[in-house]
Amino acid sequence: MSEFVLETQNLGISFGGLKAAQDVNLKIKKNQIYGLIGPNGAGKTTVFNMLTGVYKPTTGKIFLDGKKIDGLSQEKINHMGIARTFQNIRLFNNMSVIRNVMVGLHNLPEYKCTVWESFFRLPRHFMTEIKMRERAKELLRIFGLEDERNALACNLPYGKQRKLEIARALATNPKLLLLDEPAAGMNPHETEDLVKTIHFIRDNFDMTILLIEHDMKFVASLCDEITVLNFGTVLAEGDTRTALRNPEVIRAYIGG
Amino acid sequence: MKSIRISKIKFKDFINYALVLALMAYGLILFASGSLRPSTAMLLTQMGYCIILAVSLNLVVGFLGELSLGHAGFMCIGAYIGGLFAVVLKTAMPDMKFAVLVISMIVGGAVASVFGFVIGLPSLRLKGDYLAIVTLAFGEIVRNVFMNQETFGGARGLTTISLIYDTRRAPTLFVVVLAFALVMLFVIQNLIKSKHGRAITAIRDNEIAAKAMGINVTFYKLFVFIVASFFAGCAGVIYAHTTTPVLYSFFSYNYSIEILVMVVLGGMGSITGSIVSAVFITYINFLLQSQLSGDLAAMRNLVYAIILIVVVIFSNAPALRDFRERYSPAALFSRFKKRDASTQTDDEAKWARVPTKIKMDAILSTDLNPGSNKSIHGDLGGHDGGKGGNK
Repeated sequence: MSEFVLETQNLGISFGGLKAAQDVNLKIKKNQIYGLIGPNGAGKTTVFNMLTGVYKPTTGKIFLDGKKIDGLSQEKINHMGIARTFQNIRLFNNMSVIRNVMVGLHNLPEYKCTVWESFFRLPRHFMTEIKMRERAKELLRIFGLEDERNALACNLPYGKQRKLEIARALATNPKLLLLDEPAAGMNPHETEDLVKTIHFIRDNFDMTILLIEHDMKFVASLCDEITVLNFGTVLAEGDTRTALRNPEVIRAYIGG
Repeated sequence: MKSIRISKIKFKDFINYALVLALMAYGLILFASGSLRPSTAMLLTQMGYCIILAVSLNLVVGFLGELSLGHAGFMCIGAYIGGLFAVVLKTAMPDMKFAVLVISMIVGGAVASVFGFVIGLPSLRLKGDYLAIVTLAFGEIVRNVFMNQETFGGARGLTTISLIYDTRRAPTLFVVVLAFALVMLFVIQNLIKSKHGRAITAIRDNEIAAKAMGINVTFYKLFVFIVASFFAGCAGVIYAHTTTPVLYSFFSYNYSIEILVMVVLGGMGSITGSIVSAVFITYINFLLQSQLSGDLAAMRNLVYAIILIVVVIFSNAPALRDFRERYSPAALFSRFKKRDASTQTDDEAKWARVPTKIKMDAILSTDLNPGSNKSIHGDLGGHDGGKGGNK
């Protein structure tokens, strides 16, 4: 067990000559809510994509709980304990809400059921299905989505789709939850609600959260520590209030 | 509670089994009354293997969401390999027709599924139209390879005369084929309704999200291709038992499209739809073939096309929406059951509570939707205040 849930060392990626991110050193402690901010095009989502295995980093290393995870496939990294949501919501639109969450439960060892057992409907198939459904319902209850569980995911209102995405990510039982702009497109009331939800997840699921966000009020009220990126490099890092007051950061955001 | 739940699952599957059983019963009744014509027996057999083809292609197109235009290619492999194997086996054990059919089906299906695995590999990298072109080319390559193999009869086709069943004396073939269709339905429906089926539909809906949720996309894509091509190969072996010679020209691009039409017409992702449209299209083809003769024979494709266009328009035209909603199977069914489909619950699952590490009481007492009675002014005020404080 390492001190940090997630640690990156000189993480960087370049696409041809473009260095989209370089020398990103994140150190996230357990139960922290950590913010990753920066102006548009700063490379925040690129960092997320490297952490989750969508991109293979060209330099540097990623450690999750002391284990090296860079270079692994997306599925493997998810199995190791990183789950994410997406900037533009990516639900399984033609599936019901509860099934979306059940897909998240797919790889947990307690719901193991081989293809052959499903082919021939052996007893474990039924037990697994019932257990998964029950667990998914519990998760949906936590997020206030239980009544809509049989609706199609695409028919949910925007705020609930965001919540469902978080619920689905939590279903994979991660150590670290990555939220990519969770408050994007939300009104102030929904954002306030989301702050409570994220605090709640951290406390009740014993979760460590890394999030990208543009809403500074949201970041200031939620994050313990932040890293500010600009043009792929780290501009400032550390305690939220101090980092946000850093003149470099203000210049990057406002200009001048 | 448990019995209710399980009986509900069975009832839903039952519709599909009932359709196939009805075909089988129809043939058997005709046979028992002595009025089963060879053409009808042949038609039932054709319907049987078309159901197998359509449902297995639906697994790829409707559930995995990959467009495959080479299904006839898998069938071709099954027909040639399984057919030749059956011919050889037949000379070794001439009195065991049924065993020959079953063993050759397994062999033909297995060889086809090996090719399914090979075709599944590019599907991991290619999307949509590009994969369609690869599968299309595969289908053409396969039949041309067989055309040039003297082992398989070359351009004259594979002679399978020794395999042909005499449907006048015993109704074996269509009974076996439809029984096999039942087995396939059992396996595929079980697969779709399991967690693995959910993973497959998740890949269809959003592959990136499925990967991020830890679904092994590689495994499931290959798996679906292997299962689908296995059944297509089996259908090919059945075909080799109905027709002689097995000719490469039958497995052309057109036949792949015809199977795809069955899937699209029945609705992608609907097993019942695939069965109904496979039966429907086979029957239409049969009618046109037997009714139109002479100069009119050239009209067959035209009539066929018109029927397809009418059906597709009917199932999509906005003007007909009211009619469809009123007379759709689901609506008729819910009227019959006096129960709205939307009120279905899964509360029956409650009997098996699963212990979790989360304390439910604490969670349920937490209010995640606070301030729902707050006025709009309050919200706006709070927002402005927050902005001011941040600066």
